[in-house]
Parts: sequence; structure tokens; C-alpha cells
Amino acid sequence: MRHTISLFVDNESGVLSRVAGLFSARGFNIESLNVAETLDPDTSRITLVTTGDDFVIEQVIKRFNNMVNVIWVDDLTEEPRVEREMILIRVDANEKNRAEILRMADIFRAKVVDVGAQSYSLELTGDKEKVNAFIELLEPMGIKEIARTGTVAMKRDAKNSNTGDAQ
Amino acid sequence: MARMIGAEMFFETLIEEGIDVIFGLPGGYVLKVYDVMPKFEGKIKHVLTRHEQGATHMADGYARASGKPGVVLCTSGPAATNTVTGIATAQMDSSPIVVFTGQVPLPYLGSDAFQEADHIGITRPCTKHNYLVRKAGDLPRIMKEAFYIASSGRPSPVLVDMPKDVILEEDELVIPQEINLRGYKPPTKGDPKQIQKAVDMILKSKRPIIFGGGGIIHANASPELIEFAHRLEIPVTSTLMGLGAYPQDDPLYVHMLGMHGSYAANMAVHSSDLVISIGARFDDRATGGNFDEFSPGAEIIHIDIDPSSIDKNIVVHCPIVGHAKLVLQQLLDALPSKIEKDRTEWRAQIEEWDTKHPMGYNQTGDKILTTYAIDTLSKITDDDAIIVSDVGQHQMWVAQFYKFNHPRTHITSGGLGTMGFGFPAAMGAKFACPDKQVVCVSGDGSFQMNMQELATAVEYKLDLTIMLLNNGHHGMVRQWQTMFFDGNYSASRFGVLPDFVMLAESFGAKGLRVDKPEELEATLKEGLSTKGVVLIEVMVDCEELVYPMIAPGGAMNDMILGAVDVA
Repeated sequence: MRHTISLFVDNESGVLSRVAGLFSARGFNIESLNVAETLDPDTSRITLVTTGDDFVIEQVIKRFNNMVNVIWVDDLTEEPRVEREMILIRVDANEKNRAEILRMADIFRAKVVDVGAQSYSLELTGDKEKVNAFIELLEPMGIKEIARTGTVAMKRDAKNSNTGDAQ
Repeated sequence: MARMIGAEMFFETLIEEGIDVIFGLPGGYVLKVYDVMPKFEGKIKHVLTRHEQGATHMADGYARASGKPGVVLCTSGPAATNTVTGIATAQMDSSPIVVFTGQVPLPYLGSDAFQEADHIGITRPCTKHNYLVRKAGDLPRIMKEAFYIASSGRPSPVLVDMPKDVILEEDELVIPQEINLRGYKPPTKGDPKQIQKAVDMILKSKRPIIFGGGGIIHANASPELIEFAHRLEIPVTSTLMGLGAYPQDDPLYVHMLGMHGSYAANMAVHSSDLVISIGARFDDRATGGNFDEFSPGAEIIHIDIDPSSIDKNIVVHCPIVGHAKLVLQQLLDALPSKIEKDRTEWRAQIEEWDTKHPMGYNQTGDKILTTYAIDTLSKITDDDAIIVSDVGQHQMWVAQFYKFNHPRTHITSGGLGTMGFGFPAAMGAKFACPDKQVVCVSGDGSFQMNMQELATAVEYKLDLTIMLLNNGHHGMVRQWQTMFFDGNYSASRFGVLPDFVMLAESFGAKGLRVDKPEELEATLKEGLSTKGVVLIEVMVDCEELVYPMIAPGGAMNDMILGAVDVA
């Protein structure tokens, strides 16, 4: 099963290796991994997506809790949550398909962030399904390059959990 | 406040932590540490080992015998990688050691400098935590944290990597009195709700058994365990690592369980209706490895300080995360003053299993059986002697035939199964407990893996006995080849072995040899009563096999009993 795990960790060298090491030691692959500072510069937030046996993931989460550098860990999989990913995508653009690319960008609410003689670079934010659908639609046009941030996620506010996942 | 260099802060902080002995070997990047060491003479004793692996096992043996963290000091690169086996050994058996390594100066990190290795990367998976020190001023705080992390919660190794420029850097010495680690809060007491649930389960149980592990010893919880077992009249079995936690001469004791455990213990666990596991992690050697068929009719209470041990191998009904001593006190406090129990039938059943297939041997031939040698050793050593075994057949026979009545008297590499651990660990135990009788029981295979430490043992004038059981083989390998590989003895026999008596003498130790059963006891007594380092080579029969045995992956009621005709 696919798991989205959120960790608050000390913002120092080696912490990412410790976290990733628990997966490699079990032969597990990490699907995506996102790390950045929080409001507190001593703390980073890691969002990690992996697919694996629930029993093993539970063990891994317990091991995370044991780590001196891990302040807090939560498996968001069963929780109401917001998940987003951002991608940058460069597509072949020629006279025939320029308008079509812009129309699709508009429908998906993507932004054009760079225009070249032969290409458009687009920025899109959304959940995994939306991002994948966008990539699939642009594929026939010729995708030159793609960069994805990996999933970032947070729990929904418990008191107000129905708002805006329309994006 | 005093200004000083990192090397001096190292010793000041060790003294502040109450450390009085360290095990190590000098080399390039820690030379300044060794340079300032004479200034601290009288406060800290340095034991110059012959190999860094030896130093690590000594620190480990010291920690297991004393309960205090063991300390290693060595240089970078090969020295640091030599400690890895010792670190992994300590980690698997939850032993608190702190390893200090020298490192290339910070600007050279990652440049493939001479004797550079990534100590932090290499030891990450086998330590509880490790540190690279970047400023001398940070060293005292990091050392305080390292000792706290190593010895609290589930004890484990911690490594501190000290680059040469940090060792040389001058700063104010500030040893913090408080430790503030926001991501590390070791468990203490158990959840009161779980305690009550456990008490209810215990009170309704008809056939309970205590499955005691090494965690009882780490937590110094033997007195509480004895009171708990006595008040509830619950039989107690032990894992390999738990031996000594409960006195073996107590009538409720049901000897060791597991792959080479007693018939009675394995049958009792298998047939019980309530397994109370304390400080044990249900590993494959303790349960036979068939987790699905483990104790099918039982509910399980699992008391462990490490939440990641819960539900790892066996899914349990009542987990209690906490320190064994505190949890046992909570359980004792929660018990009603009058307990209705009738254990007559259950204890008679266990007794019957024990009578049916006792642990035994039959010393009749002219070759010494290892079982007989260990049984004899058990009879003639002090009640509180520390017995340190190595790895293999002799290790299992020590567990089966030596009578341990006190915690911290049985020391062995249980989890990692590190051959070569025994002798240096026995030395560490002797440094920790100079007034106790310490005996290393080893085999010809294991002893050859760290025999260079004979020089260290002689240099420090240790009174230490080595009982070297020589069967000319890797005995346990040979046993598996006999039982599971149709007697194909591939690479298990040694073509050449040293003359161990002459070897010992060459180091300045005393060497003795015995090969006749009738001379065994007298030779052992002679060795035990001789001062200094004594190696007693006991020539034993290589045909003897360790029984009973649960085949790997087997269930606990499925034992190979062997054909021991108990005289």
C-alpha cells in the first residue's frame, strides 16, 4: 500500500541519510522525497512517499521515532490530508501546437514560466492524479524535460476539513 | 572557566562522566589526545589493546559486566573500520559503548586523505546515534549526549568522530549539566491502562510463563522479577541473553528456551495460555523462527523498552512499552493482596517434560565431552563468577550446562554471534570487576579470531582463565553439516592449529593442556587457582552435537532431541 509519511527532523547534515537508510536496509524504494526548512530554521520537514507492506512500514515508523534526530513522525495515509506536487515541464512548441498547449495549460491552471523558440516551459501544481493526467496529455506534443518536486502533504484542519481540494 | 584544547576537553568530560577506564590504540589523527593523556594519569586508565576490534569487545564486556558504558578511543580509517564488528555486536545485544574515533581535519573530509574513511556513514546503521564534532567547544556537550543516549532507553553504541583540527582547537571548557534532546525521550513507566490489562490477563491465566530476556539485566530488574514470579507462582524461562536474570536454583526456573533450549522450556512456552515476555524480542533463535506457530493457544504480554520491538516478529495482545524495572514495579503494585491461583497441574506438567527429556550427557569414553567440561567448570567456579563465552557449540553448552544464578555473570555475543568476542570481552569484564573470578570459555575457532589480546591481558596482569575447548573444527558448522548437509564437512576442519599452550607461554601467560576425562577437574582447578593469565586447552570430542535442537524455521514443540543416553 502507498504511504505518505511526514517527519519533522533536526536540520543538520546526515539526517536524510538516516531516514533513507531505514528504507534501503529493508530493500524498499522511496517513491518521492521532499525536504525543506520549516519556520524554525533548526527543523526540516520531510514528506516521504513509499509503497510497501503495511506491517513493515509500521516498523519503519517506530524506528523513525527511535531516531535521535527525528522530532515527530506521522503516517498521513489514513488521515484526511492535502497532498500537492509541483512540476516544471518543457514541451516542444511549434506553430501547429502552440495554441493547443496554451489551452491545455489554461484548463489545468498551469503557468507558462519560460518561452523559447522551440518550446514552452510550464509550471503546474496539483495532486498526483492531476499532475499525471497533465503529463499524459502533453506527451504526444513531445516532452523535452521534466522536474517534479515530489509530494508534499499536510493533515487537514480537523475543524474545517471539507474546504477546497478542487485544485 | 578554563581554556584548553579539544583533546583536554575530551578527558575532562570523561572524568566528569565518571569514566575511569578506556580501551584503545593510538594513531595519526588522535596523537594529540594521547599526547595530553599523561596529564590525566591516576584519573583515567588507558588499556592499550593490540587491535581496535579487541578494544571494542573489551569496552562491551566492561559495559555488560558493570552496567556502565564502555569507552573506546582509536584513530581514523582502518582503526575505525576495525571497531565496526564490535559496534554491531554491542548494538545487537543492547550494550552501551561509546566509541571515539580520530578523523582527518575538517577541510580534508571527503578528499580521500590518508587513513580517511566515512566513519559516520559506515557506522550509521549499527549505532543508536553518531556525531561528527565540528567545534572543540561542542565536544563536551556532544560527549554528555553520547553517554546519555548510549546508556538510557534501550542501551546501544554511540560513535563520536573527532577531526584532528577540532582536537587541536582551543576554547573555553563548558560541560553542560542538562541534556536537551528534543527528538529523544526514552520510555520509562508503562501505560497504566496496559498495566491493568496485563494484570487482568495474568489473574485469569491458568498456564502462564515468563519469557525473560536480556532487557531484565540491562534494567537491573532481577529483584523485581523474582518477587513477581514468586507472588504469582509463575514459572520462568530465559532467552540466551536473559541467563542469570533469574536464579537457576530457584524452583520456578525452567531453563533456557529456543533453538538449543530445554525440552521443558520450549514445550512450556508452546503449551502456555499466557506468555509474559520481559525484555526479549522474540528473535528466530529464541522462538525457533516459525512465528506463525509460536505458542498457538497463548495470549502474549510484551514488555519492552523499544517500541520497535513490539509486533516485530510476533503480534502481541498486550504491549507495554517501558523500562523493565519500572513496569515490574507497576505490575507488583497493581496486583491484589490475595491472589487465587492453582499452579499444581501446570508445574507438574513442566516437571514431567523436564524429567522426560532433561539436558544431559554421558561421559564414558576416553575423549572429553565439552558438556562434561562445562558442567565440571560450573561445579568448581565461584557462585558469582563471570563466564564469558565465544560463539558456536561451546556457547550453547555454556548456556545449557553452566548454572547462572546472578545477573551480569553470563556474557556472550547472542545477537550478532561474533566469533572472537569472548576473550576480549572477558578482559573487559575483568577490568570492570577485578575482584570476581572471570573465565573465558572459547573454542579453537573463536579464540584464533582475537588471540592477539593475550599480550594485553598479560601486560595488565589480569587474573583471567581461558578454557579453550579444542575440537579441531568449527564445531557448530560441523554440526550443521552433520545434520543438514549429509555430513559433507566442507571447510570446517582446521588443517593447522597452533600449539595453544606454547602460544600462551610465548605471550608470558601460563598454558595447560588436558585430554583425559579423569584429569579434567584437577587441571581446571590448577588453572583457576593460578594467578595471572592462564590458558587451559581442553582437547574435546568433535563428534558431540548440541541437543535438543529446533531446526531453523521450526516450531517450539518440534525439537530434534538427539540420542543422549543420560547416565
